[in-house]
Amino acid sequence: MNRPATLLDDVLTLNDDDEPTQKGRLILVEDCVETSGAFVLHHLIKRFLSSSDNIVLFVAFSHPFSHYDRILRKMGCNLAAQRENKRLLFFDMLMLECPDDGVEGGLIALYGNIYKAVEVNSSNKNVTIMIDDISLLEVAANGSTKDVLNFMHYCHTLTTQFGCTIITVLHEDIYSSGDEFTFPLQMEYLADITIKTEPLITGLAADVHGQLTILDKGTIGRSGSMKGKIHNFRYKIKENNVDYFYPGSRA
Amino acid sequence: NSTVAIITRSLHSLCSILGELKFRPKLNISTSMVLKYYSMVEIGDQKYTLLGDKLWLLLKFERVVSHGKFRLPPRLRSPDLKILGGGFHLGSLVMIMEDTEAPHHMLLLRTFMSQGLVHNQPVLYASPSKNPRAFLGTLPATLVSKDVKSIKSEAEQKDLRIAWQYKKYLEENKPPIDERDGKVEYCNDFDLRKPIEKHLIAGNRVECVSLLDCSSLAGIRDSCSKFLSQLPRYDGNITNAGRIAIQSFCAPQCEYYDKEWDMLSFIRSIKSKVRSSNAVAFLTFPASLLSTSVSKRWQHLADTLLSVKAIPDEDKELATLLTGYQDMLGLLSIHKAARFNTQVPVILDATTYSMKLQKRRSLVLECLNQAPVDGSGGSSGGCSSSSNTGALDF
Repeated sequence: MNRPATLLDDVLTLNDDDEPTQKGRLILVEDCVETSGAFVLHHLIKRFLSSSDNIVLFVAFSHPFSHYDRILRKMGCNLAAQRENKRLLFFDMLMLECPDDGVEGGLIALYGNIYKAVEVNSSNKNVTIMIDDISLLEVAANGSTKDVLNFMHYCHTLTTQFGCTIITVLHEDIYSSGDEFTFPLQMEYLADITIKTEPLITGLAADVHGQLTILDKGTIGRSGSMKGKIHNFRYKIKENNVDYFYPGSRA
Repeated sequence: NSTVAIITRSLHSLCSILGELKFRPKLNISTSMVLKYYSMVEIGDQKYTLLGDKLWLLLKFERVVSHGKFRLPPRLRSPDLKILGGGFHLGSLVMIMEDTEAPHHMLLLRTFMSQGLVHNQPVLYASPSKNPRAFLGTLPATLVSKDVKSIKSEAEQKDLRIAWQYKKYLEENKPPIDERDGKVEYCNDFDLRKPIEKHLIAGNRVECVSLLDCSSLAGIRDSCSKFLSQLPRYDGNITNAGRIAIQSFCAPQCEYYDKEWDMLSFIRSIKSKVRSSNAVAFLTFPASLLSTSVSKRWQHLADTLLSVKAIPDEDKELATLLTGYQDMLGLLSIHKAARFNTQVPVILDATTYSMKLQKRRSLVLECLNQAPVDGSGGSSGGCSSSSNTGALDF
């Protein structure tokens, strides 16, 4: 990559070419009503599509294709063209609703489609699967969290079998109470990297839109040790890119 | 008798500053509760409020002082929420969290529906009552031009007496759509004391659905689907826009009230359908009747999210702090403003407005809190609506 990397890219160690084990990671983006994590997803779509070795499989529950197309266009990435070149596979799941007794079947069918697409494409390319977002997948599955978790576990197997990267968005503030909290905990357990967006403690501001906390569980390094890291910095979202900076480092 | 503002970046340093101040006999610091809707922190018996990225100590004086002044900007003319940047986006889902103690969301709902009827836009109305059609009689009529003029400056009238009188006769015959710079103006003032013209609600101009009839939400879903299928999205054809108004969607008297996932599915499906059609959906719901988790899911689904809160009567402390307190009905807060085709969030200059009735008949929204101060400068007192190049004026 010849572009200057942003703070986010550095942290996600996607630039690191020495580590062949970069394949097969699960990235979880957690957000809340005040700060949407969608911009992280847009950044990653552009990042993965900019390398010709990558294919992106996008499973959309939240917005139609035109929405992402227009946003990414402003960032300099033409999704429509990528879709035509078969570098982007877009599964529009906005209207997916599994009937009460057919939730498992519906999710199995979805997994089947994803599996086929990955199998066909992964012989010579790296496949990245993006799911936007799992909280809506729960709604489509009529509230059956158990089935959604099973689905995610199955998708996780693709990271080892085919070396896919999986990226998904979860609305963390939905689950703050009681038993429901197991769902984000399970997802965080599965994830290799968790990216969390939050507002500043003092509320919304015009020049800082929020803060990002990135937990990277780390991979087994050459010496055999795990290198886990936590990063925290702030961001401001613009039309064509996002500024990332450490608190106090902005003029 | 001087006013002091203390701005710090952390509670820790604030506490240490206060610790010192308490021991200075010359400074007389007393605190009082300011505006309840701000997030507030109590340390000991002192109260602090958080605004933007600065922390304010609440001291008892007439204005909250920063490095500027707390000014009330000029009153906004129309309750059509131009403050959101030009109106509601076509294709958006607007949700309003009700206050179970007060019906102020109805004012917004009525204005929304009347606006549509006045401009010949199809309206679908659903409510948890046996006879939703009866509600139509309570919709307000537009404020007639001559009344609007009388609210404006008196000086104008005196100088242009004869000309104004002449104008008066001409304007009464004009249709309610004003033209400004060639653009059709879709925002009107409404007179809440006058019911809407009968011919606008006659016959089947407004489709009414009772939510009490729907045990499984299938009925309302079908009605909405049919309604929206007549309004497909062709770029820029605003005159054919439609409005869906759903009142108190999760009211306990509805049979589907305990079916959380069904309600969520409905909201999700209506959001996608509205997205691809020339319509706006307006849905009010008593958020406190839902569990926190379900309420958060609804809030995530909304494109634009507002909430209304009642203002307690006879609150002496509030009366000293807010000018025009006696006229205030309630507070309107904007939690989320729709932004389509862009990832940049909307940071509004102000997120809380007071709802007032002016001359007992027109709804006026006034800005209350101070604009978030950005690093470069002083306070930006005024409340200008952010220009939103993507928005369609509605």
